[in-house]
Amino acid sequence: MSGERGRWAAEVAAIGLLGPGLSNWTQGREVLRGSLPYHSQPTAIPTSTALPPAERRRAVRVVNLAMAVGFEATAGQAADLTDLPTVFASSVADTRTCDELLRTLATPERSVSPTRFHNSVHNIAAGYWSIATGDTASYTMVCAHDGSFAAGLIEALSLAATTQKQVMLITYDLDYPSPLREQRPIADAFAVAMLLRPKAAAGAICQLECALGAQLVTKLNRPELESLRLSAPAARCLPVLELMANGREGSVSVEYLDSLSLAVTVKPWV
Amino acid sequence: MQPVAITAITATSCLGAGLRATSEALRAQRSGLAPCNFETVQLDTYIGQVPGIDERSLPSEISDYECRNNRLALLGLKQDGFMAATARAVDRYGAERVGVFLGTSTAGMLETEIAFRSLDANGMLPASFKYAGSLDFYSLASFVRKVLSLQGPAAVVSTACSSSAKVFGMARRYMQLGIIDAAVVGGVDSLCLTTMYGFHSLQLTSPVQCRPFDKHRDGISVGEAAAFALLEVMGDSNVPGTLALLGVGETSDAHHISSPHPEGAGARSAMQAALADAGLPASAVDYVNLHGTGTPSNDGAESKAVEGVLGTEVPCSSTKGYTGHTLGAAGALEIAICAIAVSDGFMPSGLNCTLIDPECRINYLRSLGDAGPRVALSNSLGFGGTNCSVVIGRLK
Repeated sequence: MSGERGRWAAEVAAIGLLGPGLSNWTQGREVLRGSLPYHSQPTAIPTSTALPPAERRRAVRVVNLAMAVGFEATAGQAADLTDLPTVFASSVADTRTCDELLRTLATPERSVSPTRFHNSVHNIAAGYWSIATGDTASYTMVCAHDGSFAAGLIEALSLAATTQKQVMLITYDLDYPSPLREQRPIADAFAVAMLLRPKAAAGAICQLECALGAQLVTKLNRPELESLRLSAPAARCLPVLELMANGREGSVSVEYLDSLSLAVTVKPWV
Repeated sequence: MQPVAITAITATSCLGAGLRATSEALRAQRSGLAPCNFETVQLDTYIGQVPGIDERSLPSEISDYECRNNRLALLGLKQDGFMAATARAVDRYGAERVGVFLGTSTAGMLETEIAFRSLDANGMLPASFKYAGSLDFYSLASFVRKVLSLQGPAAVVSTACSSSAKVFGMARRYMQLGIIDAAVVGGVDSLCLTTMYGFHSLQLTSPVQCRPFDKHRDGISVGEAAAFALLEVMGDSNVPGTLALLGVGETSDAHHISSPHPEGAGARSAMQAALADAGLPASAVDYVNLHGTGTPSNDGAESKAVEGVLGTEVPCSSTKGYTGHTLGAAGALEIAICAIAVSDGFMPSGLNCTLIDPECRINYLRSLGDAGPRVALSNSLGFGGTNCSVVIGRLK
């Protein structure tokens, strides 16, 4: 097991990123370094080609969102996708499906379509990811409201430490249509994937070390990025990504639960 | 792997509130399923409804969490001395060393469904609707953490019908890594229109009480439940006779979103992983609480998996003929039923199985098994191809 009691660590082998004004990790890294300006524009979610055609047609936004970052993080990596435990972390299911289902159930006919029902489950992206990759290792789906990224990172690190396997973390959130949008104002789709491995190996981006704490959450200096951080629970990871993008050693405090934060230390791989 | 102690456990379902009512109904072979008369639902099906939930509104200091799911959670927490046991764990370890990991598949969906019937002229939800306390899936863990005054890590797992089995593995990993010393785990799912009309649309609800493993089984009966367990680290002093979580196995089918692998490949590897984790041979399992939903495909695939891993002799039953399929709560509910079997010394029989499916070559109990198991295995298999097997038992 890596890490001492109460601290857990893993290597970040690769990252996938998609969000408003962020099209992938290569471009997002330059934005977070400050070498490219940040221009917010609606998240463009590509249609995944990884699913069989029948499933591809029915795949809802959350499936394509998770696939986009998942496959970005595994591209070119020596990871056996058919045996890769995967942690999904999100505060929402597919938000449009949720809205459509609720509207259907408010009509007298209540004619729920079977496809819409199965697309409404919280683990729909996880299920399709496992089908697309043939991944028979376990997956899980964790939620902790605005602390969902931290909850997912803890879960992924604990799996890496206890199984001594590579682990994928895919965290994402989607914007709701109105009227749930007014109740839960997530601005736009945002997703990050991190391929984690328990032991040091050449080519890693950095080492991550985590511990629970009660520190004030770290904010980003640039107002446009700070507002992006607050725009979706999955984007609460941005202070960690900023350290990684800059290749800097440092510690940040990530939003978790009301009385708890997650202290994340990033050490660049040398 | 090092077992962890199950120092308190409780279950509330249509069989009644608490372990005693549950045990009595199982011994009497009395189903809690009844024709559906829930809310405005008009479906020809049976359901497992917990009576009286909506008559108990939440105390004012937690009224932001008002929803059927959290009311059911509170009713469940109040049984079997569970809150007192948690308070003792807090005294022993500190509130920040006790985690909360719970499964649900719909959280406060019912209140959201009702709110959508009264959108105002601008299409907005009524002011009484509280997203974070109801529809947000984390509302369940947030609510339980607040009610029990816990300050440790917390999360909700939502992997459909395996949700509240997987939390047992999650909590144990965190104990192994020293993140926590104890955890409240379990699951709560409550009746709502989404699941009832949704499973109906998939032609998976039965017009009669569900009949797991019967040749003529034709679908599920949707139920609701709250089940909780308190897990604690055991240190080096394993006391013989202690009820313990012995092993957890988690896998995916990677086959189909809403149907199991026809040969039960994922269920098979989950059971194998749970046994390997517990360090036990297949012969050590005395009783299997099957997922056994009563759909043709689940029971067929699961029986092949059980036959492949455990053989045709080990006594098995599904208890969904008593409780219905309680979805995200099913894992924890059925682990609690396994704990009853171990503690009260009997094996529950399967209900409504008049003609066992000859394709299912397992030792399916249709009358009470009078010997109590020492080691029991519970399967939870879900939508999205997610499988979790949990082994509990008394330490030797």
